[in-house]
Amino acid sequence: MKKSVKRKTGTFKLKDGLARMLKGGVIMDVTTPEQARIAEKSGAVAVMALERVPADIRAAGGVARMADPAVTEKITKAVTIPVMAKSRIGHFAEAQVLESLGVDFIDESEVLTPADEVYHTDKTKFTVPFVCGARDLGEALRRINEGAAMIRTKGEAGSGDIVQAVRHVRRITSDIDEIKRMGDASLRKKVKEFRVPFELVRKTAKLGRLPVVNFAAGGIATPADASLMMQLGVDGVFVGSGIFKSSAPSKMAKAIVQAVNFYNDPKVVAKVSKGIGGAMKGLDSSKLKPEERLQDRGN
Amino acid sequence: MLVGILAIHGSVSEHESMLYRLGVRSVLVKTPEDLNGIRGLIIPGGESTTVGKFLSGTLGNAIKKLAMKGTPIYGTCTGMIVLGNVASREPHTLGLMDVTVKRNAFGRQVDSFEEDLAIPALGKKPFHCVYIRAPVISRAGANVDILARSGGNIVFAKQGNLLASSFHPELTNDTRMHEYFLKMCK
Repeated sequence: MKKSVKRKTGTFKLKDGLARMLKGGVIMDVTTPEQARIAEKSGAVAVMALERVPADIRAAGGVARMADPAVTEKITKAVTIPVMAKSRIGHFAEAQVLESLGVDFIDESEVLTPADEVYHTDKTKFTVPFVCGARDLGEALRRINEGAAMIRTKGEAGSGDIVQAVRHVRRITSDIDEIKRMGDASLRKKVKEFRVPFELVRKTAKLGRLPVVNFAAGGIATPADASLMMQLGVDGVFVGSGIFKSSAPSKMAKAIVQAVNFYNDPKVVAKVSKGIGGAMKGLDSSKLKPEERLQDRGN
Repeated sequence: MLVGILAIHGSVSEHESMLYRLGVRSVLVKTPEDLNGIRGLIIPGGESTTVGKFLSGTLGNAIKKLAMKGTPIYGTCTGMIVLGNVASREPHTLGLMDVTVKRNAFGRQVDSFEEDLAIPALGKKPFHCVYIRAPVISRAGANVDILARSGGNIVFAKQGNLLASSFHPELTNDTRMHEYFLKMCK
């Protein structure tokens, strides 16, 4: 194909644009090409290619790293929808590897063991877009300022317990409600607290929402969980362990896709929740020891 | 005038803002009943495998009937795929336009691009085109008007009441494409 010199790639508009195309959809964690095809057939808008789902990463312990490129590549070839993959926080070399493999989105994720205690990856240096987790507005804006094109709640990955994701989305919403009413002088004080440029704080206050697409993640295990998060105002949902740790993954996947589309119609959510087998067992996130909490990684 | 926007997922709110800016009322379409009273329908960008699944039943049939009656439909990116045909079994498409569409024709996300393209149908000033994992029309029937090509590929076409673009005008501030479509709806 003839390439015109006037074509621009890797712009923020293109990164943000892909995130916008995912809105209203479900992104599913998969570990094999077969699972990826099940996700695609069930209506996923993208898949997250992993070696292990978060629940298994948790169980395995040790250092969790980027998946084997062979796994990522096989999944990339198995489906036509966008493929995401996780790099460790601050591990820009892993991110470079993922970009070279042709993944469509990188999740700089607290599910993996952080590689840098101070810096996240400078995402502006990449052609591929990034999504990052956040628990409050300051954290979300720091990631956006580093170049993230999409934010997701951290929740508590691999727990199947929705309470942390709810807490994070409510916190971001109330933080934005607070700055919406502020004048420039008060907003300037927030600059110190959030550690981001004034313009970004003002833009967010003016918009009354995050300036990038915002998904829920970390604990979604049922269609009703997905509906809850959508009603709390997120643009879409990630389902990690919730699909392939359930007793009937294909049914659960289809049901969650329907529940996200018709999130404000309880009759549909009820209908799709019938006879889909058991959700993942999960664990009570309030009983986790501090070192077991993935959400506290990176800030 | 009321214009529908298919609201399965994707760039729904972006098309909504465009219509709002142009002073046109819009309705989000999720069920066949939502199609009542609309003068035109927009099928936004998203993932065609997902959107196709939601259109394989009654909603898809209702949209087909609407198109047969002559109601204008404009598809962007995924909308182009849905309006046309694909060489593979998946995704499900409506096959309303006599075109074959090649998905992800330029490659993966790292190959997504922006460019200024001369599109005489939209006026003298070039149109800023944003392509995201975009499809192109690889075969067009004789009754299809080709309105723009990029690097030889068909990226904008019209067949009677049906309009399709590979790129996303809803991600820009240029309202000319939507104005062009609204003229078809009058």
